[in-house]
Amino acid sequence: MNLSRVAAIPLRQFYLYRGSAARIVPLFAWVTIDMVLWGFMTRFLGSLTHTHYQFVPALLGAVLFWDFMTRVMQGVTTAFFEDVWSRNFLNIFATPITMPEYIAGLLTTSLAISLVGLAVMIVVATAAFGLNFAAYGAMLLPFVFILFLNGMALGVASIAIVLRFGPAAEWFVWPIPALLAPFACVYYPLATLPAPMQWLARLLPPSYVFEGMRAVVSGHAFHGTLLAAAFALAIGYIVLASWLFARVFRHAVQTGLITRYSAETVS
Amino acid sequence: MGTLCNRRHLRAGKPYDCIRTTMQAEPAPALHDPVLRVENLRKHYGPVEAVKGISFHVCPGEIVGLLGVNGAGKTTTISMILGVLEPTAGSIHIDSFNLLRQRSRALSSTNFAAVYAPLPGNLTVYENLRVFALLYGVHDFPARLRAVLDAFDLHKFRNTKCGILSSGEQTRVGLAKAMLNQPRILLLDEPTASIDPASARDIRSTIRAFAARTHTGVLWTSHNMYEVEEVCSRVMFLSQGEIILSGDPRTLPAQYGKSTLEQLFISVAREPLHLGAFQS
Repeated sequence: MNLSRVAAIPLRQFYLYRGSAARIVPLFAWVTIDMVLWGFMTRFLGSLTHTHYQFVPALLGAVLFWDFMTRVMQGVTTAFFEDVWSRNFLNIFATPITMPEYIAGLLTTSLAISLVGLAVMIVVATAAFGLNFAAYGAMLLPFVFILFLNGMALGVASIAIVLRFGPAAEWFVWPIPALLAPFACVYYPLATLPAPMQWLARLLPPSYVFEGMRAVVSGHAFHGTLLAAAFALAIGYIVLASWLFARVFRHAVQTGLITRYSAETVS
Repeated sequence: MGTLCNRRHLRAGKPYDCIRTTMQAEPAPALHDPVLRVENLRKHYGPVEAVKGISFHVCPGEIVGLLGVNGAGKTTTISMILGVLEPTAGSIHIDSFNLLRQRSRALSSTNFAAVYAPLPGNLTVYENLRVFALLYGVHDFPARLRAVLDAFDLHKFRNTKCGILSSGEQTRVGLAKAMLNQPRILLLDEPTASIDPASARDIRSTIRAFAARTHTGVLWTSHNMYEVEEVCSRVMFLSQGEIILSGDPRTLPAQYGKSTLEQLFISVAREPLHLGAFQS
């Protein structure tokens, strides 16, 4: 893998962000709004009950981590969309860059963007609502890592969809986090769901993470096997998403879609 | 089959004969290591055969015109050479690297400019060139940047976003990108299409000087026959996916009873089968 070619992708995004308030403001604005909204929601729910259930780490923390995963996914897709919006495919894909290098560049961009969002959320959640990350103990890093992997997989699968079905297919991509949220058990325990939905939820790594978070903050143990299952699922989805993107890209090169992308279809 | 390319080229100060060009489906003998060798290239879109087994080569320092009416297969051919369209059959070698098997190495020696592929308008000239320098693995970027900005008179636009440049200025930025990595083969798809005649002449001079100095082979498509005669040492007429004529643009028209290259072009467009039969 040529690191110089990988670096070209985040460098381009850096140039775009550097000169564009329209790109910089959303990095901070939406996550701040989310933290403020859910912070007050958490306070309100806490005031309704006299139990010792810790709403802040269990609910506000879950929203924070879900937002982080969403930012990872959108970091990949938005960096890809910049090439779609500027009709840059021919210029990019006629260079020596390989697909793994291009994807690595998108993921590097996504990592940088999502870490900015995470930092903002941490500041707001801790300063305004007293979220204490010590509540998650040693499980904090594995939880974040699994969500990061899952966000990567969703991002790569999403750009495969857009590459295959054309620029208009980006509207399939934006709602994906909202579609997955009910099954990911961000806001409630897995047991709340009816049995068929639980079966689907168990296929999603975030459901393990959020179940684990609630268990840890309630003082219960979270089995290593469940963590391993979540990790394995996330890795599996990355492999699957990469395979899907490679297959779609090959199709695009075979059919000429790359050179006529604005047409959305070559048939 | 005929001997269509006998012009002499300069390489490192020594003249040598360019290799022969075969008409169809026969590998060209690699006597002098062409920078581009296309052999029996085919592209099918379902039942439609867009390119029908063409073979040609481009020598170092040679500027070859690829001519034909719209839809003849020029852009399809260029797309395959750029690695963004997979051939149905055939092979492409760029600087001895097989494009299908050694894509990155082959494309490191390639670059292109086309009116339909402007650089992103939301980046400045400098930013675009910096990004593409990384993608093409350009060493000593500051020196190459100075060289291409000089060559295309772009210094004053260095920090201007490409999207607000005129179409002619954008074309010059695209050409600067195309020469950034000092490619062995340069693909130019109507490079002066949106440029005024005076600027177009300057650009032609720059490209010719670049090809002569760096021994870069150039494959040039254009609908401007005056330009083709001025710039190209050899032309190939593509019609319905086949190369039906090839030769020196200054002598070729007379061989077919035409007074100008433009008249020959029109004849090829109207009666490609007749001319192809005559050639064979």
